[in-house]
Amino acid sequence: MAALVGVVVFPGTNCEHDVAEALERLGADAELVWHGSSDLSHLDAVVLPGGFAHGDYLRPGAIARFSPVMAAVRELAAAGAPVVGICNGFQVLTEAHLLPGALQKNKGLTFLCQMVEVEVASERSVLTAGLAPGRRLHVPINHFEGNYTAAPETLRALEAEGRVVLRYIGNPNGSAHDIAGVCNEEGNVVGLMPHPERASSDLLGSTDGLALLGAFLRSAGAWVSGGRGRSMLAR
Amino acid sequence: MPEFEALVEVQLRPGISDPQGATIERALPALGFSGVSEVRAGKAFRLKVAAADRVEAERVCSDLVGRLLANPVIEDASVSVVPAAPRVRG
Repeated sequence: MAALVGVVVFPGTNCEHDVAEALERLGADAELVWHGSSDLSHLDAVVLPGGFAHGDYLRPGAIARFSPVMAAVRELAAAGAPVVGICNGFQVLTEAHLLPGALQKNKGLTFLCQMVEVEVASERSVLTAGLAPGRRLHVPINHFEGNYTAAPETLRALEAEGRVVLRYIGNPNGSAHDIAGVCNEEGNVVGLMPHPERASSDLLGSTDGLALLGAFLRSAGAWVSGGRGRSMLAR
Repeated sequence: MPEFEALVEVQLRPGISDPQGATIERALPALGFSGVSEVRAGKAFRLKVAAADRVEAERVCSDLVGRLLANPVIEDASVSVVPAAPRVRG
């Protein structure tokens, strides 16, 4: 059965249709979920797409963190469901403390909108499971606040536990340790600044994003067939 | 209940990139300000807080800072609280 993936829409989110289309291209069913929803228990996985949730007022993700849907996302994440935040979604997940660290303004002080190359740094996540570490992918970025930072001890823990998921080749924004994406301890919550949904067709210049979204959907399938429990995450 | 006026200032921690501050600083020589440096942009929030006393008002503001107004990974904050000026009738 096709995985049913919720794509969360905050006021100001703008990548939800791109994400839904890319997921459907891979055979999944995508359901747009308004941020006021408080029950996501029917979903097999959740994506927090890019955009400017709540206008990015205060800080990107700071207000979105308090949207009713985030309690439901937290619940689903705690149950072990695959959750991925892309770009602004990554910022929301850090503000919600579902992922460590923060995204500060780009080092070069400019908004970046360009194709970048990233390398799979760990397959210990729902977004990279089954992808060989070292594999390189072309995926675009589109952000002002994408410069990943965290306390030195947090960075050490991320590295030691294989929780740096993707790394930039040629760091575009100053991110610590060239980090483009990280995951939580269990590996089921992932945040990344590059947009895999914008690398989902030859017309867009790359189809490499499909490898990430495909792994994400396989992880969702494994979570569902494993009884929707945390056990499947023990690796 | 007494009212207090609070000023919460949030600034990026040292070492966190501050494009606004850097851009302002770069513009200064063109305006003839040659001796101004280390410009850091931040945010200020003015709040009115009803609380039993000043300590309680400060506690409310600190809680607000910790939960919403600042992100401790990249920002520091300071809070100052004074009794609100009495309302003028009419």
